[in-house]
Amino acid sequence: MTAFVLKRLGFAVITLFAVLTIVFFIVRVLPGDPAMAILGDQASQGALNALRARLGLDQPLYVQYFQFLGGVLVGDWGVSMVSGRPVIQEILKVLPATLELTFVSLVLGAAVGIPLGVWSAVRRNKLPDYITRIASLLGLSFPAFVSAVLLLLVFAIQLRWFPVISSGQGTTLSDRLRDLALPAINLGLIMAAYITRVSRSAMLEVLNQDYVRTAHAKGLAFATIIWRHCLRNALIPVVTVVGLYLGILIGNSVLTEIVFNRPGLGKLIIGALNQRDYTMLQGMMVIYTLIVVLVNLITDLTYGLIDPRIKYS
Amino acid sequence: MTNAATAPLSRAAYLRSVAAAMGGGIIKAFNANKTSWVGLGGFLIVVLLAVLAPVIAPYDPLDQNILFRLKPPSAEHWLGTDFYGRDTLSRILWGARISLTIGLLAIGSAMVIGTLIGMVAGYFGGRTDIIVMQVMDVLLAFPSLILGLIVVAMMGPSVANLVIAIALTAVPPFARIARAPTIAVKNREFIEAGRALGYSDLRLMFGHILPNIAPEILVMGSLWLATAIRVEASLAFIGLGVSPPTATWGGMIREGFENILDSFWLALFPSLAILIVVFALNLLGDGLRDAIDPRLRGEE
Repeated sequence: MTAFVLKRLGFAVITLFAVLTIVFFIVRVLPGDPAMAILGDQASQGALNALRARLGLDQPLYVQYFQFLGGVLVGDWGVSMVSGRPVIQEILKVLPATLELTFVSLVLGAAVGIPLGVWSAVRRNKLPDYITRIASLLGLSFPAFVSAVLLLLVFAIQLRWFPVISSGQGTTLSDRLRDLALPAINLGLIMAAYITRVSRSAMLEVLNQDYVRTAHAKGLAFATIIWRHCLRNALIPVVTVVGLYLGILIGNSVLTEIVFNRPGLGKLIIGALNQRDYTMLQGMMVIYTLIVVLVNLITDLTYGLIDPRIKYS
Repeated sequence: MTNAATAPLSRAAYLRSVAAAMGGGIIKAFNANKTSWVGLGGFLIVVLLAVLAPVIAPYDPLDQNILFRLKPPSAEHWLGTDFYGRDTLSRILWGARISLTIGLLAIGSAMVIGTLIGMVAGYFGGRTDIIVMQVMDVLLAFPSLILGLIVVAMMGPSVANLVIAIALTAVPPFARIARAPTIAVKNREFIEAGRALGYSDLRLMFGHILPNIAPEILVMGSLWLATAIRVEASLAFIGLGVSPPTATWGGMIREGFENILDSFWLALFPSLAILIVVFALNLLGDGLRDAIDPRLRGEE
């Protein structure tokens, strides 16, 4: 177990290092001058040079690279080129809002998706199965911003059940839930579509196993067989997919935050892109990669909890 | 290519038989899950509308008419007009050309590059495989929309840059998809036999392994085309699509979103257009995947 965890950790560190390198060079090599972006194209050459020197952009590329790597290691992710505040502080300020949205959507997606997938598999090739399959395919055909706009149109503008703009700053629990409801439903339903499909196919594989027939033969209750014996074995692919789709969920959360005008990493990254805030962009990529790598690690380690037969060898 | 005297004839005959088998296989795959036909039909209609846009669009998509701003659907403008008085239906028809062009070019190139990388990794194995796939895994760790977002924002929103950004995110999945069946096929007897006859690696890979893994890759292609169209629309919605005034679906939704309180149809119709084409492609790819996936065979 320890060896497995260490191996996975090692791989996570290599991935992170590789991504940091790619991020650094993508941000630096592509066209666009941050000094000009900040000061505008009317700025004098002297002012531009002074700002480049202050930001360290006049240093050779390799010096900037090692400074960047060293900084990331000690938690110094530089200061925002636009606001002048430390990048890590700016990120940590909005990170909880994005994590809250992502986590609630994930829970919602699993709560809707797993039972639907199981139901669909049990009723295979019957009406509920067809409806579920078409609905889930439709669900994953929605670009997140399209479903967000439609939800906003129906529930916030026409029915007025929810606020059109969620502040994300609500203090009471009911305020927070009202703010969170539509964005979380939007992401949660798309996630549910993915989870339904993978739960269904994982259950279909398990339902044909010999031990399921044995369980039926010895007279176990149908519900016990499905929920205790089948689902537990079908969960591994579901967990893998949930881990894999986190990248999609993060991308979708950017779009959702924009439509619902919710504070979070999404709005931060769009602001950074518009202002060519290179240090902020680097920091955002670091945090996104950290999240993805961490979730992959947790996904791998979760297998053992679900299936005690996995020995991490 | 080593056996120049006999290769052309046997190769032509071989390729004919592969094509016939694949043709029969494709029809069979479509019939295995009838929803594939629905998906294909829907997609072809969208392609046809896009190709015929210059002929069937009732107005010029860029023609502004300030007197006819923000009009709801009517007999003159079936889907209404936008903030500048431009005809929404015409813009949706022209926008389809952008979505499909970017999607097809991006996925076409990702399919070729990814398949090549995956086949090389799977065929040669060993260190090549480990290094190549590690690089692919690193690229996969990036959330694709975020990667696309950064590349387009830095390079500027042109058709070529959008194609590059979307293709970049789609290469690793194709490499993964191509690698697994290559490993499975390379140890089969017919490849051993080819090797014994002195066929080159290139000939074995492209003449014998590629036809065997092509169906899976094409199915993935249709599913990823759906993703590419979604990502292009998402980037346009954020403001990183092909620059205005060119009509793009994502850009139209963005403009419609700004007027959503009084003219909801502006965002609604392009949303439905994206949904229809993405859903059709998903139906197509999903049905075909069921048909070629041995684990799901016999399910229908």
